[in-house]
Amino acid sequence: MLLLDLLLMLLIAYGFGFLYYGLYRNLSARVHGRFGPSLAQSFSDSIKLFVKEESTTFGWMFYLGPVIMASGAVLNVLFIPFLNQGESLQGLSSYGNLIVVLYLMVLGPLGNALGVGSSGNPFGVMGVTRGLTRLLALELPFYLAAIGVMIDAGSADFGIIMQAQSTQSNMFAHPLLFAAAFISFLGFMGKSPFDVVGAPQEVYSGPATEFSGKFLALLMSQSAMFSFAKLLLMVNLFWGGADHLGELVAKTFVLFVAATFIGSVYARFSTVQSVEFLIRIPTLLGIVGLALL
Amino acid sequence: MDEGFIPYQQSLEDEEQSIKSTQSVIEQAIAWFRAHSMFVLAYGTGCGAIEMPPTFTSRYDIERLGVVGVATPRQADILIVSGYCSPKTLKRVIRSYEQMSEPKYIIGLGSCTINGGMYWDSYNTIKKLDDFLPVDMYVNGCMPRPEALIEGFVKLQEKIRANSSEAGYIQYRTRYAHYRANQERLFGTQVQPRYEENFAGMNL
Repeated sequence: MLLLDLLLMLLIAYGFGFLYYGLYRNLSARVHGRFGPSLAQSFSDSIKLFVKEESTTFGWMFYLGPVIMASGAVLNVLFIPFLNQGESLQGLSSYGNLIVVLYLMVLGPLGNALGVGSSGNPFGVMGVTRGLTRLLALELPFYLAAIGVMIDAGSADFGIIMQAQSTQSNMFAHPLLFAAAFISFLGFMGKSPFDVVGAPQEVYSGPATEFSGKFLALLMSQSAMFSFAKLLLMVNLFWGGADHLGELVAKTFVLFVAATFIGSVYARFSTVQSVEFLIRIPTLLGIVGLALL
Repeated sequence: MDEGFIPYQQSLEDEEQSIKSTQSVIEQAIAWFRAHSMFVLAYGTGCGAIEMPPTFTSRYDIERLGVVGVATPRQADILIVSGYCSPKTLKRVIRSYEQMSEPKYIIGLGSCTINGGMYWDSYNTIKKLDDFLPVDMYVNGCMPRPEALIEGFVKLQEKIRANSSEAGYIQYRTRYAHYRANQERLFGTQVQPRYEENFAGMNL
């Protein structure tokens, strides 16, 4: 039964991750004054890439990189409960808590660095360096907000954190912590102005430069699932989770559209600028939010 | 009755239809996904490059067809050679094409790729791109408008869905000696590594 539940969670994360990515392409096309591709475009892309020939080889670590990233994304999806009540769609959340999830979130970038590093492609390495530099600054405000939420609920368990929000969600109870986490979340989602990692016109595809065929498809799939996991995390920590699947879809959709629109109107920071911004504003908001608890 | 352009075109289309009917459902589905997700490596060799930005941006928005630009040959399905090629450029074009993973296709954009166009008697450009690389779809004109390029993509989609064994990348494998001989005749001793080493052991 648990196995079936886990499979269902992965399927939902995969499906909605790609649907949201299609929606992102569509919405940003509308912002540009275009029509954009169909919603299902990302599915076509990933299936095409899965049946495409693999042409590059840089040793086993190169292949292991995307696998480590994918396992990070899969574990993240499984450790975050989808719903705040009932038995179904809880995954492995009873075996882990928020601290485990925050720890697992770093696994992806680490796998990426190992894989890309062995390819020796300068654009890939530049992308990874940018990513890890930004990650240092991203984690600080997000961890501050997470610590605030944990102190408020008196526990690191997702169930208890969501239960504590039954009268008032953390977004309204602790707006400063929410602001800090939301800005950091924009960066985790790779949205402008923090999209320094795979920045087109600067480092080409960044870390993905040398990946082709099945491994590129794996990277795309894990990125879609990881995005859904991050949406889930924000919904659980600040919006009180969801009672049923419909509410979950509605909440993640609103959060995603907000992130997409903010990402569409801002120009990209340079790496140094993004680190400086993240260390100054959201971190400060997080510290003040913690002090007001 | 049987001569002329229209009957010839009809015979080509009939051939595509007959190939399609012999495919299994899975093959057809994969071909459909391939046709609706085309990653393009735009190699701006000549003046044709100027028609590509409007094709990809708001005015003509080719992303509607699932066509997006990518930065590296590793991820690309389609190589657009946009205009005339000098031997020096052609070397890089061939190198880029050989780095792409299969299935891969080439679009020759502009008259220069067909017969040299206005550079027909130039001493330092090639006349016919198809002698050196297998071109899947030509878009003629000098310069072809973005509408023509979009039409080229639509025709190429049909060709990909037909999943024909005549596709360029299969030709490049099976008739490599022909392409290589032409490349060597042009480049002399300064040639790139032999591509066929990449598919040693494959059933050609």
